Amino acid sequence: MDRVDGRLKVTGAAKYSAEYELPNMAYGVLVGSTITKGRIKSIDTKAAERAPGVIAVLHYQNAPKVPGYIQAAHPTEPKPVGQPHRVFYDDKVYFNDQPIAIVVADTLERARYAARLVKAQYEEDKHATDFLKHQSKAILPTHAQRNPKHYLNDYVKGKEDAYKGEPLKVEGEYVIPTEFHNPIELQAIVAHWEADNRLTVYDKTQAVIGTQNAFAKEWNIPVENVKVIATFVGGAFGNGLHTWPHETAAIIAAKKVNRPVKVMLTREQMFTMVGYRPFAWQKMGMSATKDGKITAITHEAIGQTSSYEEFTESVLQQTRMMYTSPNITTRYRILPLDVSTPIWMRGPGEATGAFALESAMDEMAYVLKMDPLEFRIKNHTDRDPERNLPWSTKFLTEAMQMGAEKIGWKNRKLEPGTLRNGEWLVGYGMGVGTFGSHRNRASARAVLRADGTVLIQSATTDIGPGTGTAMVQIAADAMGMDPSKITFELGSSLFPPAPSQGGSATVASVGSAVQAACNSLKKKLATMASGNAESSFKGAKYEDLAFKDGQVSLSSAPNTKLSFTDILKQQRLPELEATEESKPDNPERNKYSMYSFSVHFAEVQVHPLTGQVRVTKMVSCADAGKIVNKKTAGNQMIGGAVGGIGMALTEGAVIDDRFGRYVTKDFADYHVPVHADSPNIEVAFVDKPDFIGNPLGTKGIGEIATIGVAPAIANAIFNATGKRIRELPITPDKLI
Amino acid sequence: MNQFQYVRPTKNKAAIDTVAKEQTAMFIAGGTNLLDLMKRGIVVPEKLVDINKLPLRKIEKENGAVRIGALALNGEVAEDKLVMEKHPLLSQALNAGASAQLRNMATVGGNMLQRTRCPYFYDTALPCNKREPGTGCGALQGYNRMHAIFGHSDKCIAVHPSDMSVALVALDANVLVSGPKGDRKIPFSEFHRLPGDTPQIDTNLQKGELITAVEVPETAFTKNVNYLKIRDRASYAFALVSVAAALQIENNTIKDARLAMGGVAHKPWRLTDAEKALVGKPATEQTFRQAAEIAMRGAKAFEHNQYKLKLGPNTIVQALKNAAAAV
Repeated sequence: MDRVDGRLKVTGAAKYSAEYELPNMAYGVLVGSTITKGRIKSIDTKAAERAPGVIAVLHYQNAPKVPGYIQAAHPTEPKPVGQPHRVFYDDKVYFNDQPIAIVVADTLERARYAARLVKAQYEEDKHATDFLKHQSKAILPTHAQRNPKHYLNDYVKGKEDAYKGEPLKVEGEYVIPTEFHNPIELQAIVAHWEADNRLTVYDKTQAVIGTQNAFAKEWNIPVENVKVIATFVGGAFGNGLHTWPHETAAIIAAKKVNRPVKVMLTREQMFTMVGYRPFAWQKMGMSATKDGKITAITHEAIGQTSSYEEFTESVLQQTRMMYTSPNITTRYRILPLDVSTPIWMRGPGEATGAFALESAMDEMAYVLKMDPLEFRIKNHTDRDPERNLPWSTKFLTEAMQMGAEKIGWKNRKLEPGTLRNGEWLVGYGMGVGTFGSHRNRASARAVLRADGTVLIQSATTDIGPGTGTAMVQIAADAMGMDPSKITFELGSSLFPPAPSQGGSATVASVGSAVQAACNSLKKKLATMASGNAESSFKGAKYEDLAFKDGQVSLSSAPNTKLSFTDILKQQRLPELEATEESKPDNPERNKYSMYSFSVHFAEVQVHPLTGQVRVTKMVSCADAGKIVNKKTAGNQMIGGAVGGIGMALTEGAVIDDRFGRYVTKDFADYHVPVHADSPNIEVAFVDKPDFIGNPLGTKGIGEIATIGVAPAIANAIFNATGKRIRELPITPDKLI
Repeated sequence: MNQFQYVRPTKNKAAIDTVAKEQTAMFIAGGTNLLDLMKRGIVVPEKLVDINKLPLRKIEKENGAVRIGALALNGEVAEDKLVMEKHPLLSQALNAGASAQLRNMATVGGNMLQRTRCPYFYDTALPCNKREPGTGCGALQGYNRMHAIFGHSDKCIAVHPSDMSVALVALDANVLVSGPKGDRKIPFSEFHRLPGDTPQIDTNLQKGELITAVEVPETAFTKNVNYLKIRDRASYAFALVSVAAALQIENNTIKDARLAMGGVAHKPWRLTDAEKALVGKPATEQTFRQAAEIAMRGAKAFEHNQYKLKLGPNTIVQALKNAAAAV
C-alpha cells in the first residue's frame, strides 16, 4: 500500500509547525551566548528595542517567570540528576550559543536584524569541551551510583577482563564524534496563550503527550489546558523526544507580548539548541579459541553529557546479549562537559556500541583467519545469555544467510587488499544490529460513521516511518474494510494518549491500540446485530461472525450478511465509537527476551592513492517480526542505511576547544550523505511474526535499520585496504 | 534584515558608476554566496546593484579564444558545446563544484569572487582577519583541516573554494573587466591574491570594476585532461584537494602540460615548475610522481591538514594518470 499522506507531502499540502500562521502572530529570534561558561554581566538591548518592528527583547532579567523552574528546585522533590536547561532563568552560561535573549518583532526579518544588535558582556570561566583531553574525569552515572541494580552499573559475567590473559585476542579503542540529527525540517514552534492559563502549541515534536505534560508542569496549569499539535513532522531521528529551550522561550515570549509567537531555529542553532548523538570513546577487548569460540569480551564506553544534566544511553547492551561468551565485562561512564545536553539519535547507544563490538568481531575473525560470517554464526546464541531466557523470536541466522546471498559474500577474499576493480580496491564487510522489541501503553479511538467510513485517532506522531499508513492498514485488516474507507488522525493532544514516537515501538504500541479499538467496535456491531430480534443474526456470538468488506456475516452461512452502515441505520445511530487502551500485560512476556535483529552487508571500493571510498552495494536484512507494510518498512531500512553511511564516512561535528564553539555547523561543513554517497540499497525481511511482543506480531525497525551499518562499512574498508580505522568518520585523509 | 537599496541597471556603465561612487554598494548576480554573507552579517551593503540585466551572458568564439560572459551560469557553461569541445577541463571543473541547483544560479563572475569557506570567516563571534582585520586568524591555531599549505601568511591561512578557477588558471585564461578608468585584461593567475598582511582583499579587482567576461585561449588541451576533486562526500562538498591536469601527448611523450591545484592556497594554485618537469618525459606514473614532488616544494601544513602533504601529490599523480588515459 502507498503512503496515505504521500500526495500531501510531495505537493506541499502537508502543514509543518513553522507553517502555521495565526492572526496577530509575532516572530521570535534567539540570541546565543558567545562564551561557553561563565555569567552574563550585562545585556545591552537598547539598539534592538529601537529597531523597527521590535515588540520586546526578553532575557533573564525581564522575562516572565516560569513557575515550573522554581518548583523543580523544591526541597521536597527528589533530587534530580541535573535538569533540562532553564532558558532565561538566571545569568549563568553553561554552553556556547546558549539562548540568552529572544527578540520578538512583527516580522521574522526585523526580529533577525534586531537580534544581531543585542550585545552581552560576560564574566568568563574556564571551560572544558575537549572530550579526549578530559576523558579521565568520566563518572559513573548517578542512577547507577544510587542503585546497584541499575543496568548502567558495571557488568561482570564470569571473570572480569578475562580476555587479557588469552593468547588469541584483539584490543582497540574506538571514537565516534558528536553527530547531529539534522532533519530537513528545522525545529519550530508557534506558541499561543488562548487564555491566561490555556496554551496551544504547534510544535515539532515526537511526543505530543510528553510535550503536553512538560508544558503543563512548567507553567503550573492543568494538563488539559495545554494543547499540542504536531500533525506532520519532517524528520526528527530523536531530537523531538525532549522539549528544548527554544520552545519555552517562545512560550515565555507569547506570554509577555500577549500574542502568538513563532520561533524557528536556524540550521546553525540546530547544533546547539537541540540534542545530538554524544561523542563517545570505547575500548574493546576480545579473545577466542583457535576454532572460533569467543572466550571473553570486555567493552568499555564513555559518552559525553552536559554539565547540567546527565544524559545516558544503552551503549553496551548488544555486547551483553549478542554472542555466547563465558566471560563478559562492560563498563559505562559519562563525561560532563561544557556543552548542551545530548539526546537519543536513531539507534541510540546501540549504534555507538555496535561500531565497537562489530568492528572487534571482524578484527577477531582476521586473527583467527576465519570468515566473519562464519565466526558470528559459530557464536550465535539461542537464548539470551544475559537474562538466561529464550528469545521470543530470533531469525538472525536466516537474515544473515539472505544478506550473504544478495551481496555476493562468496566473492569476498579472506586476505585484505587482494580484490580489485581496475585501480580500485574492493572489499566486503558486515555488521549486526539489535534493539529491544518494545511496547508501551497506548490508546486509540475508532469511529464508524454513517457513510461507512472509519476514523481512527491517536495522539502519536509520524516522523517519517509511515505510521499513518501502517495504522490504516492495521485498522483495515481488523475491521475487514477497504483501506480507502479508513482515515487515521494523529499529532494532537486532543486524541487518546499515545507514547512518543521513539524506540521503534510505535506499531507495536499504537498499532495494538488501533487493533483493540477496531475489535471493540466490531464487538459493538456484533452485539447490535445479534441483539436485533428481527435479524437473521439473532443470538449469534461474536466468535461466530466474520467481518469482511464492511459487512458482518455468519461464518457458518457467509451469505447471511449485514453491512456496518445498515446496523447503524437499524439502531438509528449517527455513528458508533470505541476507545481502547492497549498495554503490554501479556504475562508470557516475562518468560522471554524480546529483540529485533538486523544484519547489514556492504561492498565498498577504495582508491589506494586518493582515499576515496565508494559504497557500491548495500544489503540490509532484518528480523523485525511481521512486516505490516513492505514499502514503508523498506523505506525505514534504506533511510537507516543512509544514516549509517553518514556515520561511517561523512558525519562528525568539531568544536574549537579554545572557544568551546562548533566550527562545523552548516550543511557545507557538517556532511550528511547525499544521493551520490548512497548506492542502491537492497532490503529483505525475514517477515515472521512474534506474538509474544504484541498481538500484531511486529517488532521494531527504525533503530536496527541503522545499528550495525557503520561497522559493516568500516569492516568492508578493512577488507579492501587492510586499514583498520577506529575513529569515525572514515574520510579520505585517513586512508592514504 | 539590514535595510538596503536595490537597483537593476541595464547598462554596464550605470552599474559601474554606482558601485564606484558608493562606498558600500555591491554587485549581485546569482547571489549564491552574497546572500549567505548578508544573512550572517559578514557583509552589509547599503545598495545592491543587480547586474542580471546586463548583456554579459554570451559564450562565443573570438580571436582564437572562447569568450565566456561573466553572467553565463556555471551550469550552462559546463554543458556548453563549445566549452566541452575546446575546454573539457573547464567543463569538468564546473561540474565538480557545488550542486546542480547552485550551478543553475551561480555565474562565472560570481564563482571567481566567492569568498573563502573558512568557518572562522563565517562566524562573527570568532576571530578572522579576513572578515575583521586585526582580530587574528582563528584557523592558524584552530581547526585547520581544510586550510592552505601554500602561500599562506600568519594573518590568514584560508583557501579559495572555487573549482572553476583552478581550471581557468591552468588554461591561461584572462579576466576582462570594465571599470571607472576603462577596460583592462587581467591574467587569471594575477586575478586572485595571496593573503599577506591584507587578507581582507581577495582579488586585484578595483572598487567599481565589473567582470564582463573570461577569455580562454584555444589550446591543444582538448583530450588528455582531468579535473580530480577529493572531498569528504561524493557531491556538494568543498575540495580537500583538487587537481586540474592537462597533457599533450605524442608517441607517449609529453609535449606540453598544465597543472593547477585547488583547496591548497588563497588562490587557485598553478604549478609551473611541475609542468616543466613533465614536458619531454614519457607519460608514466614515474614521471607524474616526480612532477608531483616538485609541485609540493615549499608546502607547509598545520595541525589538521598534514594529510594534504600526501593527498596533494597523490591526487596530482592520479589526475595525470586519468588525463593520460582519457580518450
